[in-house]
Amino acid sequence: MADGKRVIVVGGGLAGLAASIRIAEAGVAVDLFSMVPVKRSHSVCAQGGINACNEVARQQGYSEYQHFDETLIGGDFLNDQHPVLEMTNWAPKIIDLLDRMGVPFNRSHEGYRDLRLFGGSLFRRTHFAGATTGQQLLYALDEQTRRFASEGKINMREFWEFLWPIVEDGRCVGIVAQDMRTMQIQSFRADAVIMATGGCGLVFGKSTNSVICTGGAASRCFQAGAWYGNPEMIQVHPTAIPGADKCRLMSESARGEGGRVWVPSKKGDTRKPKDIPENERYYILEERYPKYGNLVPRDIATREIFDVCVNDGMGINGTNQVYLDLTHKDPQYLTEKLGGIMDIYEKFVGDDPRYTPMRIFPAVHYSMGGLWTTYTAGDYQPDAPLTEHKPGNEIPVGTEPGLGLKMGAHNNAMTNIDGLYAFGEVNFAYHGATRLGANALLSCIFDGLCNGVSVVNYVREGDQTPASNLDPSIFDNATKQEQDKHDKLINSTTNASGDRSLNPYQIAFELGEEMNSASTVVKTGPGLEKCLSKIEELRERYTKVELGDGAMWTNQSLSFTRVVGDMIILGEAIAKAGLLREESRGSHYRTDFPERDDKRFWKTSVAKYNASSGKSDIEFVDVKAGLVKLRPRNYGKTDSGPQKTEKETVGAS
Amino acid sequence: MSEAEAYSFDADMRKANRKKAVAERSVIFKIKRCDGPGKPTRWESFKVPIKEGANVISSLNWIAANPVTTSGQKTTPVVWDSNCLEEVCGACTMVINGRVRQSCSCLIDEYAPLEGDTMTLEPMSKFPVIRDLWVDRARLFNNLTRVKGWVPIDGTYNLGAGPKESHDHQQMRYTLSECMSCGCCLEACPQFTKEEDESKWDTSFIGAHAISQARYFNEHETGKKLKSDRMDTLVGEGGINDCGNAQNCVKVCPKGIPLTESIGAIGRSATVHAFKQFFQGKK
Ligand SMILES: Cc1cc2nc3c(=O)[nH]c(=O)nc-3n(C[C@H](O)[C@H](O)[C@H](O)COP(=O)(O)OP(=O)(O)OC[C@H]3O[C@@H](n4cnc5c(N)ncnc54)[C@H](O)[C@@H]3O)c2cc1C
Ligand code: SF4
Ligand code: SF4
Ligand code: FES
Repeated sequence: MADGKRVIVVGGGLAGLAASIRIAEAGVAVDLFSMVPVKRSHSVCAQGGINACNEVARQQGYSEYQHFDETLIGGDFLNDQHPVLEMTNWAPKIIDLLDRMGVPFNRSHEGYRDLRLFGGSLFRRTHFAGATTGQQLLYALDEQTRRFASEGKINMREFWEFLWPIVEDGRCVGIVAQDMRTMQIQSFRADAVIMATGGCGLVFGKSTNSVICTGGAASRCFQAGAWYGNPEMIQVHPTAIPGADKCRLMSESARGEGGRVWVPSKKGDTRKPKDIPENERYYILEERYPKYGNLVPRDIATREIFDVCVNDGMGINGTNQVYLDLTHKDPQYLTEKLGGIMDIYEKFVGDDPRYTPMRIFPAVHYSMGGLWTTYTAGDYQPDAPLTEHKPGNEIPVGTEPGLGLKMGAHNNAMTNIDGLYAFGEVNFAYHGATRLGANALLSCIFDGLCNGVSVVNYVREGDQTPASNLDPSIFDNATKQEQDKHDKLINSTTNASGDRSLNPYQIAFELGEEMNSASTVVKTGPGLEKCLSKIEELRERYTKVELGDGAMWTNQSLSFTRVVGDMIILGEAIAKAGLLREESRGSHYRTDFPERDDKRFWKTSVAKYNASSGKSDIEFVDVKAGLVKLRPRNYGKTDSGPQKTEKETVGAS
Repeated sequence: MSEAEAYSFDADMRKANRKKAVAERSVIFKIKRCDGPGKPTRWESFKVPIKEGANVISSLNWIAANPVTTSGQKTTPVVWDSNCLEEVCGACTMVINGRVRQSCSCLIDEYAPLEGDTMTLEPMSKFPVIRDLWVDRARLFNNLTRVKGWVPIDGTYNLGAGPKESHDHQQMRYTLSECMSCGCCLEACPQFTKEEDESKWDTSFIGAHAISQARYFNEHETGKKLKSDRMDTLVGEGGINDCGNAQNCVKVCPKGIPLTESIGAIGRSATVHAFKQFFQGKK
């Protein structure tokens, strides 16, 4: 455009598209890179909904501030507080915007937007479009992106893989990327780069994530010097359908719409679920948490299901599975409210969940951790942090923009590398130690819309040399670095039968198995140490990895093999931070340290890559708080239920 | 055939196969391969062990880790397109045993229940092959631009809620909104033919997918503002008149989009639009 400034957005999920639209609208040119056509990004999978205060809830005592407070207690106070306040304040306006874009939000009979219950709240504050909310939101943003692209304001580079951020004097001035079809490697200049590359579920092998959610892009930024915050905070979703290639999510909305989690009270009861009478069923969550029942936050639901199956051996027929039961609801109602996920279950399992209880088990789902980012706090600065906010209490702060974050400050959502931003799931700031259901879509779109303005201001007002004036050698060197790495992998192609243990798929498989067993639902010091030594073994084997395809055209094996190396590096940081965090908080549960330890660990773990060792160094730094005071997180747990062992009550701390 | 019946027309066969599926068996995957544009095609077969719940993608993953053909030849892993693995992103469309569908939701038990049964995988034929099973569907997205597939909002600033909408109207629009741009309907359509020359895309048949999306946007209170532009495209060359009403599209749509209904609705709008154009002296 006029001043020739350009912004690169890497990733076309909700975060990347919201950012692209906002920045293009402000008149700055956008180059949008994505490994898949943006319409096929992982955000399309989100099912349940998106949270925001709304008029109905408001009149019952709910508020943006209550949403803020819920998000912090949900995250066990590991969230950066100011961005969360700004986000929850924006939420109702974001829903309005999506509504204007044409998202078919479900409607009440009078024609208003319908609402559903979701974990971590006693109010209906989740907006939804059937059981495919993510798909509908992504499409709305995809459509607006197509509109800008057709006007030449957004330049689409789909089927391009981000390889490396180009950092010159501590500032990000572009990226190296590869065309996944022609395999051409090229450098691109930019006055700012936004990473919006999503989560890293594939580090754990099978997860609920899409196949490109490897965390590879984030790992490459990490290796280039960007810090990574709270890597150990990985959310395991309580209800997924175990499968041969992935674990398919059964959305929390199934519980929000009345789904009940149970197992037969008698261990090893082999009767069909329908033949087991009501009084011989153990409704795990309802009995253990009478107040929230099936709607306790995810980490708690996950641990309780895990506990019942793995520790008590009460899973269905002794397997690691429990029932998620909706059969007491009207089938017509279920089709209307949950049709999308009912279909998924039927398609992939073969039973109709309207008539047969579903069989589910927890699976890795979301990464609260991500690239570390900073911000400038806004105008709301209470003298002392406030205590728990109860519905109907006086609301301490307004909802206009700029109270949580200083609007348009250059450093909002910026990493420690100048000009390199992180938006969406790849950002660590919002969700602390556990994300509340239906808060992720919100944080993605919020990042794009709110912090997109910061990027525009940084590019326009900053006094740095425009990228277009920088020495070409900077970019040529970066291309060469990546070309060399690429050629080295190509040269490892074997035509002999090869050593199976050096096959990249085998290495990835072993990484996933190890990470999943040692670094998810229940962690221990010895388990994580073993995991770290396994990672060392894999790293060693990876140096001799053999590529099965030497083609210089559309070589998917190459792309996969390259990212396996990046996943090993990220896996190490995840396991190491988990080992050093000697406490339990949110999704991070250590059996050897079952309590939350605020003195030592009310801190963000910050991983920095040590290029000489190839490993991470972890530091613990104070959480940016000051708005709300710490308090215990227990969601009103009681000790009840059959065969309850005497163990520590998890989740209460 | 009603839309619902059309969608499930081989469901009985699949259900029956699932019942007779043998545990612990091997299935032969016959895959049509091609190293790149302009390169010759060839068939390769793989013997794949089938575990409970296996689908085409988990089988292709197995082949990637064990790329040896049935005749013992070492080969390269097969290239294919996929992402969500839950039939919602639209990436993984292929022609499987002669019929177009998503590969991620294709359970082996439903197609090859017995030891030694064959699964045949081919790329879609209506789009240029990039490599093996991966095709270039840029034209499909281009067709969404042709119908101005968006709601022309004033901007992303906060201007209050969108238009109010009745429950029933939302349900109708929601059904259309689930289209995932997979292209099954185009593969099955006799009127939609392969066109490699990009300069001809804007005058070639637009296909059921974009016709239905045009209807989706025409049904939105603000989206309506571009209805006339959309109809200009749809009454023009490569528009609705090229549809021969064969209704193959609706039979293969994995999302059960009511495509014949959409084609009918756009056909009626086209008639009205043509009248308007006539009286305004545009034609
Ligand atoms: C099954 C499921 C259901 C969910 N349901 C909900 C829900 O109901 N409510 C909720 O709030 N949240 C939900 N979530 C979480 C939420 O969907 C995600 O956190 C969110 O969509 C992430 O969006 P994103 O924009 O950050 O990234 P993504 O949508 O993951 O997009 C990442 C983008 O980055 C690109 N990319 C990645 N790597 C590279 C690279 N190397 N080079 C170039 N491009 C790259 C990809 O092509 C893609 O375009 C759900 C998650 C899952 C898995
Ligand atoms: S009805 Fe029209 S669009 Fe559908 S298959 Fe027939 S010709 Fe193609
Ligand atoms: S209409 Fe159906 S078959 Fe056609 S692209 Fe959409 S989802 Fe696929
Ligand atoms: S992989 Fe997304 S539809 Fe099959």
